[in-house]
Amino acid sequence: MLLALTDDQELFRETTSKLLGEFVPAEVLRSLQDDAIGFEAEYWRRGADLGWTSLLVGEEHGGGSLSGQGLVDLTLVAHEFGRHAAPGPLAVTNVVAATLSEAGGSQSNGVIGDLLTGRSIATWCFSEPRPHDRLDNGCLDIRVNGDEVVLNGVKRPVESGHGASHLLVSGRTGAGYSQVLVPAGASGMTLATMQSVDLTRRFSVVTFDDVRLPSSTVIGEIGCAGEQVTRQLRRVIAILCAESVGTMQAAFDMTVEWAFDRYSFGRPLASYQELKHRFADMKTWLEASHAVSDAATLAVALGEPDADELLSSAKAFIGDFGSELIQDCVQIHGGIGVTFDHDLHLFLRRHTLNRGLYGTPEEHRQRLADLVTMTESAT
Amino acid sequence: MSNVEQEDVETFRQRARSFIRNNLQPISSDALVFPLRNVRNDDEELTAVAREREVQRMLFDAGLAGICFPRKYGGQELTPAHQRALNEEFDGYEYPSRLQAPTLSPCAAVLLDFGSEEQKLRHIPAILNGEEIWMQFLSEPSGGSDVAGAQMSAIRDGDEWVLNGSKIWTTGAWWSDWGLCLTRTNWDVPKHRGLSVFILPIHQPGLEVHRIEMLNGSKEFCQEFLTDVRVPDSDRIGGVDDGWTVGTRWMFHERMLTNSPLVTMPTGAGRTSVGATFVHAVAQEAGRASEPHIRDYIGETLMLDIVERELQRRIGDGLATGTMADQAAAVGRLFSGVAATRIRTIAFEIAGGAGAAWTDDDGELAFSGSDFLMRQVSCIGGGTTEMARNVISERVLGMPRERTLDKDIPYRDVPRSASSRT
Repeated sequence: MLLALTDDQELFRETTSKLLGEFVPAEVLRSLQDDAIGFEAEYWRRGADLGWTSLLVGEEHGGGSLSGQGLVDLTLVAHEFGRHAAPGPLAVTNVVAATLSEAGGSQSNGVIGDLLTGRSIATWCFSEPRPHDRLDNGCLDIRVNGDEVVLNGVKRPVESGHGASHLLVSGRTGAGYSQVLVPAGASGMTLATMQSVDLTRRFSVVTFDDVRLPSSTVIGEIGCAGEQVTRQLRRVIAILCAESVGTMQAAFDMTVEWAFDRYSFGRPLASYQELKHRFADMKTWLEASHAVSDAATLAVALGEPDADELLSSAKAFIGDFGSELIQDCVQIHGGIGVTFDHDLHLFLRRHTLNRGLYGTPEEHRQRLADLVTMTESAT
Repeated sequence: MSNVEQEDVETFRQRARSFIRNNLQPISSDALVFPLRNVRNDDEELTAVAREREVQRMLFDAGLAGICFPRKYGGQELTPAHQRALNEEFDGYEYPSRLQAPTLSPCAAVLLDFGSEEQKLRHIPAILNGEEIWMQFLSEPSGGSDVAGAQMSAIRDGDEWVLNGSKIWTTGAWWSDWGLCLTRTNWDVPKHRGLSVFILPIHQPGLEVHRIEMLNGSKEFCQEFLTDVRVPDSDRIGGVDDGWTVGTRWMFHERMLTNSPLVTMPTGAGRTSVGATFVHAVAQEAGRASEPHIRDYIGETLMLDIVERELQRRIGDGLATGTMADQAAAVGRLFSGVAATRIRTIAFEIAGGAGAAWTDDDGELAFSGSDFLMRQVSCIGGGTTEMARNVISERVLGMPRERTLDKDIPYRDVPRSASSRT
């Protein structure tokens, strides 16, 4: 998280943290394990009242940011989501709201309004099954047929597919990208529930079998939505990274406290140099994760040319070193750290989930290698 | 602050850019990644030093030296943001690398913190214009990490002090001018309370500079032997026996390394990265740049470069605004040491057999084996990563300090070797 917040940002972060502490403490998260949606409607509405879903939406649609950089403000919420392992489709709802707002068009206004008040949620159908599960090789078909569009293909994992009123589906029209806003219950669309490592985030396999919709549901230009998709991907990764850093912070703080409180052989764990040195490594990875996550977010928000290399560095580093950090927190806790009753796994789960979504560290290192090759062959 | 209106960062950047491009030579990045490669003979090294003094003088005359130093000592009195812009503009160009650390930081930084007005006026302008290159006379053969256990003796004789002992790990002392020296002035008090700091010219009678040959043949590190070297009391920095107050800040400046706003160090302007450029070149030389697992290494290297840059920036901002304690500099030191060892391992791995046995035709690959042999230098020099881990856990996280046996007894009585133990 940013080192220095403005007063507005600090108040916003604090209010968000308070609301999460009140609505979704650890015991509530455990009780939501078998809940079909994973959160209460009232919880999401209260968060929306605070502004969780309006930061990327233009003022003409009723949104607005605190600092002028809505994405930066939103990562403060994401950080708190991570620190509380909070439920709810924060990243995808915001990303869809942003795209609808940027694309304009009157039929989107009602949808945006409901997202802003928290009355409904939206999701983004992006990832696809193997072998089309890389960030750049999705193949769901979006075909134009008169004044209709026809969707065929499969998306997975789709977050909160079951609770969403609208699904923004990315697909291909020939070589180009198109995006369609599909309402829940569209004929030909079926959802199958998936299992996941997270306690409260829900995922589905969504199958599109000749789903026919009026062409007014196309968001942006047919076949020309590549930039839209790239923008969405950048935003979603920035939000996930900030959330993951929040989970690392929570696990780290909890384990530092444990090291001071827990005694063995008559001394606190924190007095053993072997453990102190591991805490020093963890602190270094944690600060580095904060630093690269914040830098990536700002670069995306400002549209800087190095946004992609910062983002992929963040996603790869936070994925790899965050896992090492949280797993070492488990190790230092010992057996209690792998029990359901202990809170540590809430953060381990959320971090693990985010590591696997929107490109693993391995995939992002490949993307970084592409950038090096491009830069070096240009010089 | 002076009442001269401050130049804004963008104007400054344009000025720096046009000066650098019009006056300095473009260079390859290898020299920056591996400063300790044994690739120059002494004549070439001295020529390089002379050129760097010349470049420093040109920068000084152009108003591009001492960006964050006060104007009255020859600096520009600008901000870390200006220094950062200068660092970005230097990317790909020669710069006076040997005149940065330890001359500007920690040495000049310690002078700024503790020197008298007269000492600052005498030395800082001379440092900024390239006349004086400084070394830290800090580590001793008896121990590097236990800095406060210094045994170099300084005994008062009227208005002078007489120094005897040895210092070690000074890079390039044989072509440097001045030393910042930690000494023991009182053996009858606990170790932290009997230290004093002096400054002295390196080339003088009684001071012998011996060059240490490293395992790769580099002779840049030196050891100094001082025999009855006389230093006037006016060249003392800080109070008598209060040297640890100076030493603590000294150590902080050392851990800041290239993150210090007092130091010029080229950085990629966000688009390029020294480590990834180098590893990519090794992979190309090896003909393996398109293999997926090699590309994984290339991607990892760029990630480490970028994360380190952003971490140092965060720490720099945290220290500047006071949201982080001085000791947080150890976080950056630990990261940079470990990341550098990883990049050397990656390069050696990619080079394959040519890292172990090579000919002159193997280009970049030829260095990867001996670079690998020198790998741990990045985790030793400038304070070991073990000390950084102690500082982070004890001073940043507040964990209990390691038990020491030398705290409350006169330093004279502290066991200093297995044979002196009673």
